[in-house]
Amino acid sequence: MPLFPNRHVLGNGATIITVENHTTPSIGMLVGVRAGSYQDPPGADGTAALVARLLDRGTATRTAASIADEVDSRGASLTIGAGRHQTSVSAICLADDLPAVAPIALDIVRSPSFPAEEVETRRAELLTAIAQEEDDPAARATDAMMEALYEKHPYKRRVRGTAASVARLSRADLQAFHGNWFTPCALTIVVAGDIDPAAVVDLVGSSLDAWTSAPPPSVTVPDAPLPGERRLIAVPMMNKAQTDVAYGFVGLRRTDPDYYAAWVMNNALGHFGLGGRLGESIRERQGMAYYVFSSLDATFGPGPLTIRAGVAPANVERTLASIDVELTRIVVEGLTSTEVAESKQYLAGSIPRQLETNAAIASFLMSAELFGLGLDLDARLPGILAGVTDAQVHAVARRLLHPPTATIAVAGPWRGTTP
Amino acid sequence: MPLSRSLPAAAVREATLDNGLKVLIQEVHTAPLASVWCWYRVGSRDEAPGLTGISHWCEHMNFKGTRNIPRDEMKGIIERYGGSWNGYTWIDQTTYLETASTEALDRMLFLEAERMDASLYDPAECESERNVIISELKGGENDPEQLLDHELTTAAFAVHPYRQPTIGWLPDLERMTRDDLYAHYRRYYVPSNATLVIAGDVDPDDVLARVEHHFGGIAARPRPERHTAIEPEVRAERRVILRRAGTTAYWRAGFHAPALTDPAFLPLLCADAVLTGAGGLNIWSGHKVPPPQRSARLYRALVDRGLASSIAGSLLPTEQPFLYYVAATVAEGRTLREVEDVVLDELGRIARDGITDGELAKARAQLRARFVYDGDSVTDIAHQLGYFETIASWRVYHDLAGRLGDVTIDEVNDAVRRCFRPENRTIGWFEPHE
Repeated sequence: MPLFPNRHVLGNGATIITVENHTTPSIGMLVGVRAGSYQDPPGADGTAALVARLLDRGTATRTAASIADEVDSRGASLTIGAGRHQTSVSAICLADDLPAVAPIALDIVRSPSFPAEEVETRRAELLTAIAQEEDDPAARATDAMMEALYEKHPYKRRVRGTAASVARLSRADLQAFHGNWFTPCALTIVVAGDIDPAAVVDLVGSSLDAWTSAPPPSVTVPDAPLPGERRLIAVPMMNKAQTDVAYGFVGLRRTDPDYYAAWVMNNALGHFGLGGRLGESIRERQGMAYYVFSSLDATFGPGPLTIRAGVAPANVERTLASIDVELTRIVVEGLTSTEVAESKQYLAGSIPRQLETNAAIASFLMSAELFGLGLDLDARLPGILAGVTDAQVHAVARRLLHPPTATIAVAGPWRGTTP
Repeated sequence: MPLSRSLPAAAVREATLDNGLKVLIQEVHTAPLASVWCWYRVGSRDEAPGLTGISHWCEHMNFKGTRNIPRDEMKGIIERYGGSWNGYTWIDQTTYLETASTEALDRMLFLEAERMDASLYDPAECESERNVIISELKGGENDPEQLLDHELTTAAFAVHPYRQPTIGWLPDLERMTRDDLYAHYRRYYVPSNATLVIAGDVDPDDVLARVEHHFGGIAARPRPERHTAIEPEVRAERRVILRRAGTTAYWRAGFHAPALTDPAFLPLLCADAVLTGAGGLNIWSGHKVPPPQRSARLYRALVDRGLASSIAGSLLPTEQPFLYYVAATVAEGRTLREVEDVVLDELGRIARDGITDGELAKARAQLRARFVYDGDSVTDIAHQLGYFETIASWRVYHDLAGRLGDVTIDEVNDAVRRCFRPENRTIGWFEPHE
């Protein structure tokens, strides 16, 4: 049962995608601006993150209090966040409330006013979030891995910024970021739920009426140089009870022809069942970890393929050795035909379940639109997956997995390998 | 804008097998999916001293092989149909779920029948899983908020086993044996102690025939009695202070709260909406939809004023009286004392002056919306049926939306007066040091 989305582009370049889903009288609306922390100016890491926290704190025509009252009185849920390449406003509301909620979601993207006192309050919020991550072994391990893996690439920068960089941001910096990057042609709006698509286009169009501005500068993400050697970084946090391991490689772009083979490979490596081959070894057979999995972050640039595990400090070295063994086996032998077939079948079979809710549908279509994959992607995916061969999966494993040059960070009560 | 054209809620088909297994079936024909949940009336509150964490460990073992399904084949069964599976244990319940394409229905029922009656509890697997569970416990201890939650809950209850962490205490996890686990399993995993829920693109008659086929042969056994100590009336305010290395201070309070079937539950849920925004009643997936809290009293008093970076309230549906939690993350540069003074001031104000008509109307609107959001997938629809049937009755959940309109201001005000008495609270501080 394909989604059958409708796509409409306004005169000012904003793209509106709608999908009808009448299972419940509710709606998921996702507004995406194609700008995130990747666009943070040099030395101003965290700009996009702070901008996101200010969007709902007042606009040219609405106060923060009136936005709060309008949204809350309807029981609508409004979430705003900035990632590396996109700033998103996600709204969930009852169908009858869309005419009230949609204009707010669009107004906060179009005309935020960045009130001065709000800048300070929300800056403190962001600084608190940064401090919290300083105490989180999972975040520390991932950050350390990213900084080393992307040493000579913009992806080493933190999405939230650092305490120092965020402290320096001015209201003018935030306004400039918004002015430079939040333009209609960088905007994609996806609305899924109990809707009449034509009415939604009218509603969104009237909220974005007369908003014209120049297209933002185009942004390309360079390839990432591959590490020449293996690195093991310890991040001692002796107050913690368990270590977090982040073991990674430079991955590939979403539009890379090898992506689908990599998706299948990653599923068999670190997902299928209870963590794929990694889970079978490290959790099931050796009982060392409650969680172990691999994730593939394929985006505009070559995001990482990261293996994560939570293990006792006494088991760190054995865990790393086990990961090395599993990866080496896959590189040398490939995955078995059965494993490849099972992962392909699972990924194809999971599509209806993954596209059940409005929020999931909106997120899927946003991604399809951003990467130019076609809005009939859900219908084509089973065929694409069927075309992935054992040889392609083996080839992409050889391309991406290289234990001798892995970048590994371990955060927690562990000071490093015993000499 | 057109009026909503959603489908009316389908009736729930109920049945009970001869061996006592309760079955609930809800047809949902909007997607070619089915969700199966099997619920057991056993949770951490049923655990004796020395055996805390046993229900959760049994949950883990019930994924590790049965008489007819070797351990390493268990995962493939549902994946073959693109499905997902999981389980959880909490204070009143243990549950297992699968959601997959409709063709998987028979396999899902087979899997749950095997789990109910034929789990192996292989000794070597039990031993291996001991370390996995200890790893889960240690991972939780990496999170200061989770640590504080455990300390607070334990202090809030003098006697009631709700005080025990579901993961268990480490000394118990280190000592429990395979025989302990297997005895717990055999005692509580009996048809008369279970509810099987199926929601999705199914035909109830067909479902019942399959359920009879897979579960009908499981021997009837008496439903185990649940002996639970009754918490005596609180007399003293309690306080816990957790001092550890860390970067951020956390404030948390627990207030003794009504159980789901207590008349004061719904009024207090409305009060929570006024204080922190309505969070709904789906503990499985409710966290995916943040509450509408920008105009909530505690958000305005704490977050807007820069004292806390986040605020949350939580009144969860439980079989016996549990706790209403309020939690705040202290903002950089502010103090636990400042946050506490403001929270207690606000709670004192609501207890003294009550809420307004406008606030009650807003709470109702928020909760009505939540009831819609909390049922937007077959997995969630099935979860809610089974969750509520296990602690009371599925009808209680379905009636809640209707009863919302009957809640009066006086009922809300009575509920908050009772809940926010100083002697009714336990306060927890996480004080970080360098």
